[in-house]
Amino acid sequence: MKTRKMKIHSRLLTAAASGLAPALFAPAAHAAWTLNLTPGIDQVSRDIYGLHMLAFWWSVGIAAVVFGFMIYSMVRFRHSKGAVPDTGLTHSTRVEVIWTTIPVLILISMAIPAARVLVETADTAGAQMSIRVTGYQWRWTYEYVGTPVKFVSSLDRRSDAARQLDSGIDPFSVPNYLLSVDHPLVVPAGVKVRVLVTGGDVIHSWWVPALGIKKDAIPGYVNEAWFDVDTDKLGTYRGQCAELCGRDHGFMPIVVQVVSKADFEKWLAQQEADLKKAPATAATTVTTALAAAPALDAAPAAPATAN
Amino acid sequence: MANIEHAPAAMSGYDAHAGHDAHAGHDEHADHGKPHGFWGRWMTSTNHKDIGTMYLVFSCTMFFIGGSFAMLIRAELFKPGLQFLDPALFNVLTTNHALIMIFGAVMPSFVGLANWMVPMQVGAPDMALPRMNNFSFWLLPFAFTLLIGSIFVPGGGMAGGWTLYPPLSVQTGYALPMAIFAIHLMGASSIMGAINVIVTIMNMRAPGMSLIRMPLFVWTWLITAFLLIAVMPVLAGAVTMLLTDHFFGTSFFNAAGGGDPVMFQHIFWFFGHPEVYIMILPAFGIVSEIIPTFSRKPLFGYDAMVYATASIAFLSFIVWAHHMFTVGLPVASETFFMFSTMLIAIPTGVKVFNWSATLYKGSISYEPPMLWAIAFLIMFSIGGFSGLMLALAPADFQYQDTYFVVAHFHYVLVPGAIFGIIGGVYYWLPKWTGHMYNMTLAKWHFWLSTVFVNVLFFPQHFLGLAGMPRRIPDYSTQFADWNMVSSLGGFAFGASQILFPIIIWQCVHGGVRATDRVWEGARGLEWELPSPAPYHSWTEAPAYSILEHGAPMHETHG
Repeated sequence: MKTRKMKIHSRLLTAAASGLAPALFAPAAHAAWTLNLTPGIDQVSRDIYGLHMLAFWWSVGIAAVVFGFMIYSMVRFRHSKGAVPDTGLTHSTRVEVIWTTIPVLILISMAIPAARVLVETADTAGAQMSIRVTGYQWRWTYEYVGTPVKFVSSLDRRSDAARQLDSGIDPFSVPNYLLSVDHPLVVPAGVKVRVLVTGGDVIHSWWVPALGIKKDAIPGYVNEAWFDVDTDKLGTYRGQCAELCGRDHGFMPIVVQVVSKADFEKWLAQQEADLKKAPATAATTVTTALAAAPALDAAPAAPATAN
Repeated sequence: MANIEHAPAAMSGYDAHAGHDAHAGHDEHADHGKPHGFWGRWMTSTNHKDIGTMYLVFSCTMFFIGGSFAMLIRAELFKPGLQFLDPALFNVLTTNHALIMIFGAVMPSFVGLANWMVPMQVGAPDMALPRMNNFSFWLLPFAFTLLIGSIFVPGGGMAGGWTLYPPLSVQTGYALPMAIFAIHLMGASSIMGAINVIVTIMNMRAPGMSLIRMPLFVWTWLITAFLLIAVMPVLAGAVTMLLTDHFFGTSFFNAAGGGDPVMFQHIFWFFGHPEVYIMILPAFGIVSEIIPTFSRKPLFGYDAMVYATASIAFLSFIVWAHHMFTVGLPVASETFFMFSTMLIAIPTGVKVFNWSATLYKGSISYEPPMLWAIAFLIMFSIGGFSGLMLALAPADFQYQDTYFVVAHFHYVLVPGAIFGIIGGVYYWLPKWTGHMYNMTLAKWHFWLSTVFVNVLFFPQHFLGLAGMPRRIPDYSTQFADWNMVSSLGGFAFGASQILFPIIIWQCVHGGVRATDRVWEGARGLEWELPSPAPYHSWTEAPAYSILEHGAPMHETHG
C-alpha cells in the first residue's frame, strides 16, 4: 500500500513540475515581505526579469523531479522496512548519456535568450543623451554631458542623522530610510539615455534595480550602460552602491526621478539658468566633493583618467 | 560480504558489542611508539593521525571564531539602524569572517581529514612526507595569530572584503602587511599539504590499488591537491603586488600610475574560482563514501563520478570572470564566461544524479553521517540552482553583490562544504576514537542545524532579489522583516553548533565500543583496521585479499 502511495506521490510531483512551465513569465505577487526581483521600468529590465524567471522555473522543475526521485528512494528503500539492496545496480551507460544530454538541452534553452539579452544591454548605439556618473567615497556626482549641469548626490540629512551609531532615531520614522538623497538624478522617460560610469577613488557600483543596470564605477575606466524608460513609468526609483567601497558603503544611495520629456527639458533649462545666476554654487559643490573624497589617509587613485 | 577473519559486520547500522573482545590487544599495540608529553607528542609529531587531529581541532576552533564574527554581524543586522557596530568595524568583521572560515575552517579541516584518511584508505603507513606535514600544520597557528591580531592594530583590520579588491584594500593601515603575510603562510601551508597528498597517493598505494579503484574521497582530494598547487601561488602573487603597490611605490593596480584595478580582479578570481572547488570537491568525496555505506550498495557510476570531478576541476580554470560580469568586460568575454559557467552544471548534475541513483534500490538507514550527507545532497543542489541563475550574465547584473549571492555561496559552503565535513567526522569518528558517539545528540545536532541553516540563509535570497546589497551594516526598513528572520535563524544555527564539540569530547572520552567495520555497509581499507585505528596502521601493505574485500564496491575493471 505504502509503495503505491509513494509512486503516486512522485508522479504528482512530476506533474506539478511540468504544470509550472506555462507560468514561465508570470509576474510574482508583491507582498509586504518582498520575495522577488522587480520587473523594472524599461525593456531591458523586463528582459532580465524574464530571464530570471526562466532560470527560476527551470530550477523549480528540475528540483521537483530530482528531489522527488531522491525522496521517493529514501522512503521506499528503507533498511528498517526490510529493503534488500540491489548491489548489482552500479552503472548504466544509457542513463549516464540521458542525464548528460537533457541538461545540455535545458542549458541551451537558457543560453540563447541570455546571450540575446546580454547583447541588448551592451548596445548603447543611438543614445540621445549621456549622463556621466562618478562614484566617490561616499557620494555620487552626476554630469549631464553637453550641458554645464552637474551636481553631487548624497544621503539625505534625516537618514544620515538616524543612521549614526545609537542615534536614538527610529529608522521607521524616516521616510525612505537610507534610500533618499539630497539631489536625485532627474531623467526623461521615452529617451534612450547612455550612462557613463566611473570611479573617483575606489571601486563603486551604480545599481538601480528598476533600470536593470548595475555597472562598476572603476577608477581609470569609463563603463557604459543605457536605459529607455517607458513613458508610463514616471516616478521615483531607488538603488544603492553595490560594491564595497569602505566605511560608508551602505550610505551612498541612488535616487532616479523619471519625468516626462517636456518636464525634463524644463528642469534642465532651470538648472542651467540657476547656474548662470550663481555659477559658483554648482561648481563649488562638485569641487567640494572632489576635495572631500580622498578623505582617508591612504592614497586612492587620482581621478585623472576619470576626468 | 562479511569477512570471517575480522570482527563480524554488525547487522544493525552499528553494533555496540560485536568487536569488543577483539580490541583488547590492539589498544596496547596502538600506544606502542606513541611519544609522550605535549612537545614530543604534538609539536614534533610526524604521525599522520596526530597531525590530522591537530588540523581538525584547529579548524574547529577557527569555525567557532569565524562563527562568532557571524553572530556579531547578524546581531547588527537584526533590525535597521546601527545598534552595536561602527560601519568600519562591521566591514572588518565581514572580511575576517570570510578569511577565517575559508582559510582557517574549511580548508584545514579537509587537510585534517586527508591526513587521517588518505593513508588508511590507500593502505599506506603514513603520509609520504611526515616532517613537511608537521611544518605545514604548524604554520597555521602563526598565520592566524597574525590575521586575527591584525584586527587590533591601529587603523583596524582588513575591511575591504575577503576579495581584497584594490584600490580599497590598499587604504588599509598596518593590518595590510600582517594579513598579506598571513595569506602567504596559509598558502605555503596549503601547497605543502597538497604536495604531501599527491606524493602519498601517487607512490604509497597498496599493491593492487590502481587509480581507478581508489575510494572517491582519495580521488577528489587528489584533484583538489592539483588545484591547490595551481592556484595558491597565484593568490600569493596577487597579494604581493598589493603589498608593493602600498609600500614600494609600484602601480600594478593603481590607475593613476598606469596600472589596472581590474587586473587584480582577474588574477584574484583565477585563484578564487578554483578555490571554490577546493572547498567543495573533498566534500563530494566524503558524501560519495557515506551514501553507498548507508544505502548498502556500491556508488552508482564510479567512473562517471571520477570524470565529473576532473571536468569540474578543469572548468574551474576557465570561468573566473563570472565573478566580474559588472566590471564592464566586452560582450564577447561575458558571453564566453557565461557559457563556460553554465557548462559546470553538466558534471555537477552528473554527480547529483549518480548520488540519487545510489539511493535507488538501496537499503537505506539513517545514522547521523547519512543524515548530513542527504542534507548536503538537497541543499547543495539548491545552491547549484541559484548558481545556474547567477551564471546568466544579464540576470547577474541584478544579483551581483546582493544578498542573493550571499545566500548562494552560503548554501554551497555551509550545507555544502561544512555539512560534508561534519558528516565525514560523524562517519569516521568511531574509527578514530574506538567509541560510538551519542547518536541521539548527534541527531539533534543534525536536525537543529538543518532547520536553522535554512531559516538563516533561505530568506537571504528574497533580500537580494528585493534589492539589498551585501556588505552593508544597515539597511532600509523594507528589508527589516527577512533580516530579522535570518538573524534568528543565525543565532539558533550558531548555538546548535556547540553540540558538535560536546559530542566529540564525549566520544573521545568514552562510549560504547565501536566495531572494526563500525557501519554495516562500510567498505574500504580503513574499515579493515581495528577501531580505534592503531597509532601506526598498515605498517605492512594490506594483503591483496584484504584489498579485494576492502575495496570500494564498484565494477571491477579489466
